[in-house]
Amino acid sequence: MSVKVENLRIAYRTLAGDVGAVDDVTFAITDGEIMGLAGESGCGKSTLGNSLVFLDGRMKQLGGRVELDGTELPIADTRAMRPRRMKDISLIPQYAMSALNPTRKISKIVADLLRCHGVRYGQVLAELERRIALVGLDDDVLDRYSFELSGGMRQRVTLVLSTLLDPSLLIADEITSALDVSTQRAVGEMMMEFRARAFVKSMIVITHDLAILGQIADSILVMYAGRLAEKADADTIINSPLHPYTQMLLASLPEVGVRYEDAVLTGIPGRPPQLSNPPRGCRFRDRCPFAFDRCAEPPPFEEVRPGHHVACWKVAEQEAAA
Amino acid sequence: MSLLQIEQVSKLYPAGGLGSGMTPALRSVSFDIAAGEVVTLIGESGSGKTTLGRVVLRLTRASSGRVIFDGRDVSLLGRPQLREYYRHAQGVFQDPFSSYNPVYKADRVFELLRGVYFGGMPRSEWDAKIESALHGVSLNPSDVLDKYPHQLSGGQLQRLLIARALLLDVKLLIADEIISMLDASTRVDVLNLLVSLKRSGLAILFITHDLSLGNYISDRTVILRRGAIVEAGPTVAVFTRPQHSYTRMLLDSVPQLHSKWRPASRAAAADGNDPARVADVLATPGAARPVRRLAMPALAIPSRRGPALAPSASAPALVEHEPGHFVAEEA
Amino acid sequence: MSEHLTGKPVEVAVAPLTEPAAPMVPGVPAAASAVITPAGLGPVLLVPRRRREFLYYAGHNRKLIFGLSLEMLFVLGAIFGPLLSPHDPYAFFGSYLRPSAQHWLGTDNLGHDLFAQLVWGLRDSYLVGALGALCASLVGMALGFTAGWRGGWVDEVLQMLTNIIVMIPALVLLIVIGAYLKTRGVLFEGIFIGLTTWPWVARAVRAQTFTLRSREFVDLARLSGQRAWRIVIRDIGPNMASYLFLAVVLLFGSSMLLAASYDFLGLGPTNGVSLGTMMNGANIYSALQLHQWWWFVAPGAVLTGMVAALLIANVGLDEVFNPKLREQ
Repeated sequence: MSVKVENLRIAYRTLAGDVGAVDDVTFAITDGEIMGLAGESGCGKSTLGNSLVFLDGRMKQLGGRVELDGTELPIADTRAMRPRRMKDISLIPQYAMSALNPTRKISKIVADLLRCHGVRYGQVLAELERRIALVGLDDDVLDRYSFELSGGMRQRVTLVLSTLLDPSLLIADEITSALDVSTQRAVGEMMMEFRARAFVKSMIVITHDLAILGQIADSILVMYAGRLAEKADADTIINSPLHPYTQMLLASLPEVGVRYEDAVLTGIPGRPPQLSNPPRGCRFRDRCPFAFDRCAEPPPFEEVRPGHHVACWKVAEQEAAA
Repeated sequence: MSLLQIEQVSKLYPAGGLGSGMTPALRSVSFDIAAGEVVTLIGESGSGKTTLGRVVLRLTRASSGRVIFDGRDVSLLGRPQLREYYRHAQGVFQDPFSSYNPVYKADRVFELLRGVYFGGMPRSEWDAKIESALHGVSLNPSDVLDKYPHQLSGGQLQRLLIARALLLDVKLLIADEIISMLDASTRVDVLNLLVSLKRSGLAILFITHDLSLGNYISDRTVILRRGAIVEAGPTVAVFTRPQHSYTRMLLDSVPQLHSKWRPASRAAAADGNDPARVADVLATPGAARPVRRLAMPALAIPSRRGPALAPSASAPALVEHEPGHFVAEEA
Repeated sequence: MSEHLTGKPVEVAVAPLTEPAAPMVPGVPAAASAVITPAGLGPVLLVPRRRREFLYYAGHNRKLIFGLSLEMLFVLGAIFGPLLSPHDPYAFFGSYLRPSAQHWLGTDNLGHDLFAQLVWGLRDSYLVGALGALCASLVGMALGFTAGWRGGWVDEVLQMLTNIIVMIPALVLLIVIGAYLKTRGVLFEGIFIGLTTWPWVARAVRAQTFTLRSREFVDLARLSGQRAWRIVIRDIGPNMASYLFLAVVLLFGSSMLLAASYDFLGLGPTNGVSLGTMMNGANIYSALQLHQWWWFVAPGAVLTGMVAALLIANVGLDEVFNPKLREQ
């Protein structure tokens, strides 16, 4: 197992107390797996992904354990995490392409990052150039400033930077959201390529776009209001989802080829609950058409079919009867 | 006669050091919108689609060309006539949180209209009008009135803006990427709202980069690339029988839920790389070979230092492939 | 059928559009829920979102409290000092008297009580400071907003004007004017300082206006048929409120300092006492050589204290307004 997360709970510190953003999350990723972490805004997927790399001042770990390649990852200890960031576990944060320092050349930014890990720029330059070429950029990108590059180019540079030291786990937070559809495809394919060439062992791709995950992910983990809703491999999630939220979410996605005249899509009425005071029991209960009285208890995230985990009483009932 | 006619609109921005050169944001764009019709303007970043929306709304001035609304040239309107124009044409933009001044409550957007357009209306009548507009967009007045923008969701904010346009009884709505910042579960509701408004006679210029949205709601589609139209026609025709290579490339790149990206289609990018060699390189795992210019569609994207466009506003000519379906000539 | 279609119809029932009120949990203060920023929320602005949050941070910021308290001391001194001072600053007593119970700071070369001068001078300094700040802010903001909103050639002309004012050496100008105006008062000094220090306010306001002008809510205001000046004042201005406030505070401090330096050089009001004139007197009449150091130390210390307190409070206020500067 490459990555194991057990009962992880992360909260944000606010003036009104701690607000739980990630509640009792457990999952595992094997070597070579690309796992998609899907959900809407506010569900905690970004928090989950970021917390594995860098727990910033606002966040705090309330419980749980993270294991990477067999050893524990001390995510709550920022100092102890420093040598492991970028080497063992790497992150491409949201808006990373806007976060490149505009006053420094790309080569200088890379050199800085490498120096933090005791690697000399000259040592990796050859490999760096190979990878730059692999993502379809010219060599002279290294001599340019970030503002000289387009959005897609910057995203590709960020992809190369974050994987330069061959981390075991790469977490990519919404890296395709701000891109054009053709660049999206290019970046998506590049990520699969990086995995194929073993630059990265496994990946967590965080996005709200299930369609992209259907293309590049091996498995998908769906989150709702800080908790896990469903996990299975990508084809199963897309073609035969079990959790009501996943089903309704997929049914609301417009697709090329589907027109209003042919089929009216519907969204999910209501809004996700406020995490400052979440409801007891299943958090999707108020919006779920299948809710019944058992839902007043929080459903466990359990394996109802081989390789398919769901947190839903109705589903558990149906699978037990089957 | 069409409600809106865009005739040879071009927009040039000064660019380069000290404003020496000119960058064309729009190049001789022409198309019409009829009443009760939804026209989707599809383009990637840098295509000029937002600029066109702004030109139609007179937020930016075109460098050349005309925008005719109801028979009158929009760029010639003086200030009082412009105010009248805004009674019939309104816009909703991409970022719902940026469209509201965070210092004030969200319903201030209605108040802003009141003084200018509904001068003598008594308070009770005004409140009733707002309520009916809110019901028209399926919002519960008690949920959204008297609240600050950060207390409402993106979907509610976008709908409030549509309600604002309905208050004025507009004939034309420019919707510029209004869906992209909304959650997946609320996107469809706003889309369905637009369709129901179209059915009651509203014309909509729906600007987006997302082909699936355009496909869902629009009657006609216009595809913009680097400021010029490459293909235009009825939506079904453009999506099922795309003629231009750019359109085909876009359609190939859209991630579909029920089919995978086809590897062979990458060669369709106007790049000239040998498809066989591309597949060959990608199939070889392990040791990285120094590969130059992988033929991924990405290279078709204009980079900052890409081939410079002649600083003129000319665009490739459009050829009518089938009735109503126009395709630009490919170089 | 082209290969571009999915070919698979989506089977969904047609449902009416509804958005029933989400089950909002009662009793949760809006303050708590809005602090989490899920992806997709707009950028955090400098204007504090709720009074409660603002007051909380203001009340807990040490710099602000310290600066404000110190400044209050001086303000109270300016208000009540002249009432408490037993002497009139223009009355004559013995010259060069040392500090004593009757004359807390002694007297100057002409026999005027120095303490009385000090507390009356405080009033003068505050007055000039306020006048200068007001004048500079008004002119700077007016020109800054205009240049930022209009852009184009209006902006070019105003920038040229700004640059010219910056280049004119204020001191030399004051000397020249001083040669022509036989009597000058506090009003003149305040306005002069205002008219020579507005450029940096104008530049900063212009830059901020440019940024805010491209925001979508300004577009929406234009689409609502609003007039330009209304949009600038009601929409753009409040979003810069914190910055404008800080600018005014800084102008206040710098006006006081400038006035003191002009007074020190003898270019201040022809009649009247201020901290600067006290120091001028101390310099001319050899207070240092005569070992009457309190003559210039007192006004100098008071001036330093006044301006420093203001600046410290300003830094604190900046932290209150801008959440990113707060030390967590």
